Amino acid sequence: MNAPGPVIANPVRPAFDKASREDTVIVSIGPSHPATHGTIQIFAELDGERILRADVHCGYLHRGFEKECEDHTWHNLIPYVDRLNYCSPLINDFAYCEAVEKMMGIGITRRAVILRTLLSEYSRLCDHITCIAASLMELGAMTAFLYLVMIRDYMYEHIADLTGARVTHSYGRIGGLARDLPEGWLARLEEILVQSDDFLGRAHGLVDRNRIFIDRMRDVGVISQSDALSYGYTGPILRSTGLPVDLRKDTPYLAYAELDFEVPVGIKGDNYDRYYVRMCEIDESIHMIRQCVDLLEPGPINVDDRRCVFPEKTRVYGEIESLINHFKIVMEGPRVPAGEVYSAHEGPNGELGFYLVSTGEGTPWKVHCRAPSFVHVGGTHLMLEGGQLADLVPTFGMINMIGGECDR
Amino acid sequence: MTTYGSDIFERVKERFGKAEDDLSGTARSSTTVQHSILVLHFAPGEVAGAVKVLRDEFGFDLFLDVTAVDWPDRDPRFDVVWHFYATRNRVRVRVKTAVTLADPVAPSLTALYGSAGIMERECHDMYGIRFDGNADLRPILLYEGFVGHPLRKDYPKQKEQPLVPYREEAKP
Repeated sequence: MNAPGPVIANPVRPAFDKASREDTVIVSIGPSHPATHGTIQIFAELDGERILRADVHCGYLHRGFEKECEDHTWHNLIPYVDRLNYCSPLINDFAYCEAVEKMMGIGITRRAVILRTLLSEYSRLCDHITCIAASLMELGAMTAFLYLVMIRDYMYEHIADLTGARVTHSYGRIGGLARDLPEGWLARLEEILVQSDDFLGRAHGLVDRNRIFIDRMRDVGVISQSDALSYGYTGPILRSTGLPVDLRKDTPYLAYAELDFEVPVGIKGDNYDRYYVRMCEIDESIHMIRQCVDLLEPGPINVDDRRCVFPEKTRVYGEIESLINHFKIVMEGPRVPAGEVYSAHEGPNGELGFYLVSTGEGTPWKVHCRAPSFVHVGGTHLMLEGGQLADLVPTFGMINMIGGECDR
Repeated sequence: MTTYGSDIFERVKERFGKAEDDLSGTARSSTTVQHSILVLHFAPGEVAGAVKVLRDEFGFDLFLDVTAVDWPDRDPRFDVVWHFYATRNRVRVRVKTAVTLADPVAPSLTALYGSAGIMERECHDMYGIRFDGNADLRPILLYEGFVGHPLRKDYPKQKEQPLVPYREEAKP
């Protein structure tokens, strides 16, 4: 007989472990279950197929992001920032870099502003397409899924041409960007945008007025505007309840004040509205990307600030001052003036904020990420309770919880 | 850029400037604007009342975030930091208070905002700040039985508390 293995304590204590009635049952769904794309665990009390109560747990992907950041220089932690929302890493990069730049009092160059705006929207496009494609697949819409994921893969390859990596780009730098556009990048961008218009149109045609899709989405996972506000919802979920809150419009950053775009909102705050808001935002993003291409002018992508931007390689090898400068930035990190800052960008899921505290060293005292997904998990039970167990799939898909940023 | 904000910041300052006089002695209220965010300092006992005023009179309807900052050499050791956003006026406010290591208690905002529940659980996990009034401070990012608070500066970064014990041969 095998020796019994070690007793492993349950990592989670559910909020309720006794059924409230005789004819109900409590089930544990996840953390690794096809119904939960993302490592999340849901305890649900079921009356037949109906969810009476739900207790949602996250944390299975916690890897000590904030603790690790306190041990790295301001520059060296950028790759960790990438891994928060891994569907749109560029937005994380730029939000973090902007927060640091605010503390250092740096204004980035015009070309960097436009490129960051362009790439933020490109990233948002990828994120929304991923979210919708995955949700459609979970509802069985395989064709629409393949159309969208194909487009997304063109985008990933295209971003890889620029940044060197498909997913974890590490492309933002304090004071600018890692490198300028490679030759022919903008021409390929336009090709991809034309193609995505075509394939997004096909996805619209397949599902928008599809009876099965509407039945699964309409009036499912409803959240009221007041609940959404109280539970800290931002982004497409808050907008699906009819409130046009969008940081790109409300507190414009980067080049958003110059761009022409609209903030789509829903009517009912159900899954169908969340789908539709995202689809409309995709169109707005494509529109914005094209405007950014027109605004793009030649120029430097990094500011000329020796506190944070590396000197040119030829000078590093040719003169002692630049060599020391390079060494100092690598070994000690950019010195960020003491103080604290909270800076937020409109992420694909909502307000992505960075709260940074500096003591004047090359290493942060504290890096805190206000992750929209984490806050959204706090109100998920509102959308699940009262619905069918099977509704969990589209509802959770439309919340678009990203484990990396939720659990940090 | 934050032209929306200047007026409401003045009104908030005026409102809490008065409170400062009323509560002289216990209060350490002060207001500044940093990087276009209004920063308000309160004593721990005043936070809940002040936030209610911010929400009801000044429209700070979105509770964004709560976290803490650890200053091991300082007494009181922890800053607890809240961020709020007003969707109509499009401005942010930061509320800060200081709590001691011996009695790390801050008021809970669960009665005012639904989102307070999960965010206070995280802050309790990471810093051991107890939120008075939040009955559900179960671990959320950590697991049941985790000892200590990892984001405190005296928690070693390399410390491991594996829930599943390492196999003998796999031990590093």
